[in-house]
Amino acid sequence: MINVYPDTRGRYGMFGGKFVPETVMFALEELERGFHDAMEDPLFIENVSNELIDYSGRPTPITFASHLTERLGGAKIYLKREDLNHTGAHKINNAIGQALLAKRMGKKKIIAETGAGQHGVAAATAAARYGLKCKVFMGEEDIKRQALNVFRMKLLGAEVIPVTSGTGTLKDATNEAIRQWVGSVDDTFYLIGSVVGPHPYPYIVREFQSIIGKEAKQQFKQLNHGKLPDAIIACVGGGSNAIGMFSPFIEEDKVKLIGVEAAGKGLDTEEHAATMAKGTLGVIHGSITYLLQTEDGQIQEPYSISAGLDYPGVGPEHAYLKHSGRAEYVSITDDEALEALSILCTDEGIICAIESAHAIAQAIKEAKAMSVDQSILVCLSGRGDKDVHTLFEREEFHDGSK
Amino acid sequence: MGASRFERFEKGEKPLFVPFITAGDPTSEITVELALSLEKVGADAIELGIPYSDPLADGPVIQRASSRALQAGMTLEKAMKLVSSMREKGLKIPVIIFTYYNLLLQLGEERFFALASENDIDGLLVPDLPFEESGELRQQCQNKGISFISLVAPTTSKERLKQIGHSAKGFLYCISSLGVTGVRRELSSDLDVFLKKAKEYSNVPVLIGFGLSNKEQMQSFNDLCDGFIIGSRIVSKIEELGRELIQLEKRKEALESFEEFVSSLVPSFVYR
Repeated sequence: MINVYPDTRGRYGMFGGKFVPETVMFALEELERGFHDAMEDPLFIENVSNELIDYSGRPTPITFASHLTERLGGAKIYLKREDLNHTGAHKINNAIGQALLAKRMGKKKIIAETGAGQHGVAAATAAARYGLKCKVFMGEEDIKRQALNVFRMKLLGAEVIPVTSGTGTLKDATNEAIRQWVGSVDDTFYLIGSVVGPHPYPYIVREFQSIIGKEAKQQFKQLNHGKLPDAIIACVGGGSNAIGMFSPFIEEDKVKLIGVEAAGKGLDTEEHAATMAKGTLGVIHGSITYLLQTEDGQIQEPYSISAGLDYPGVGPEHAYLKHSGRAEYVSITDDEALEALSILCTDEGIICAIESAHAIAQAIKEAKAMSVDQSILVCLSGRGDKDVHTLFEREEFHDGSK
Repeated sequence: MGASRFERFEKGEKPLFVPFITAGDPTSEITVELALSLEKVGADAIELGIPYSDPLADGPVIQRASSRALQAGMTLEKAMKLVSSMREKGLKIPVIIFTYYNLLLQLGEERFFALASENDIDGLLVPDLPFEESGELRQQCQNKGISFISLVAPTTSKERLKQIGHSAKGFLYCISSLGVTGVRRELSSDLDVFLKKAKEYSNVPVLIGFGLSNKEQMQSFNDLCDGFIIGSRIVSKIEELGRELIQLEKRKEALESFEEFVSSLVPSFVYR
């Protein structure tokens, strides 16, 4: 059964594992023990659960997208509203969990990597809440592009460390966070932002994000007389909202699971982040998975209009779900995502994150091909406030251009 | 045959000295010259680093060398072929290929071993392949006469240290400090306990590396280990001399000052 993964080596089938320098091994072993102990401790579980309720505002609702459904004339579309979390996305579920784990393990500081800054903000938020010192590693290119999120992190009391190595983006920030962690593991916890990295990270993040799917399953059944959705759709960068949503549904064979990657400017161009469609097997950030790389094995920089999806790898469990055929992975271009975003704004009054708009765009495609008595559950992973400046620069969002 | 070069690899009058350079930094041709220079000033083996886009174990100095070499078009296959050029020019000491695992995966193990035998390569070190994941590759290396170099750190548990020490080939690489490669002014004081344990469990010479930068450090560990690995300090000298090394008319002089620098770096007792 799929849910027994990862195995003792941290593998999901052939994917995952611990491909890290010897100096990292101790830190991972300690983390694995710390996480295992915490998950056996009812007080810890209760503490996380209470914080998700009292601080982040869970449970997040499921919204029936009635106008969108009507417009398409096919399957009913439901939205799991992770955008209504504190800080505006699913990222906080994991940040709260790991920050409380850090505290339980006696760590005083956390470090985190961030691309666009969403995970950095979530980590800084959790650090402030639980009295931990926080350093966020961020590529210098990203710092330039995401000045507001840098400011948010600083407001929250975090220190933002510019990363100049490599291409100065998310993958380099992740490398740097791992490097720094190894040198300071006695008092520092590395709070990773997605279901990526060496074991046990993909497992830890899945466990903290699976609240999304657990809630959704129960809520959906209540809304639909015990029925489950016919399909579940979520966007995939590293893949944490998708794994969180899929996880409790993996055992439900009749529920189709669809992950949506960013096709950027098109799969036939160099500018995309479609790791599943165009990537090959390799090692990135300590894990065997699909990744975008040259023939020689140098990791390539991905592209997507949505910063949260442009990661050159993908979580090893997703690679496994694709390999085993349990989930299907498709891709959506920048333009398709923006069009979906625009439709959701006017049909439902929700400005969603561009990441989530990729999932909406796929839902629009699927719904049309399905019957009215079927239904689709979409993970609306985050709100679009952070993307408003990107939208503002696009002509199609201004009067008269459409 | 590769393995035979390592058979004589043991501490004699002087500690063993293994420098690290990045293949293709600043060019392929100069890498060959640098290897010969290193042998000339007493290197007992060379670690030839393969440039990688995401060198997780390396600090800024080797990261920069990696970027320069990648820009110059270096690959694992080209680097392995360079070793033939080194041999043609008379290099006798063992050469160890230091490569991140993804590069090896993409080249393919079969191709790697074919190239290793064609190009007279003696050892392999994969910094991001821990003991638990390296079983098959270690066996393959054994079959093909390549020494698979293992690493241990001060945080390595006693159980793992035992396992890794027992299966070590060539030499056992003891990481002197946590974090990444790079020069450090101070090394941990518990290092002697760690080195004693490492020596106890290892059947091969025990060398220390990561953060070594001066004679004093090396002298103080001379009784506890069989030798030293020096990377960043040498690579940063290559960075400094880069421009002169590239200019043909200044190369000879630059190589001489490189040799002088490396000589000054290691304790005098390293020299024959």
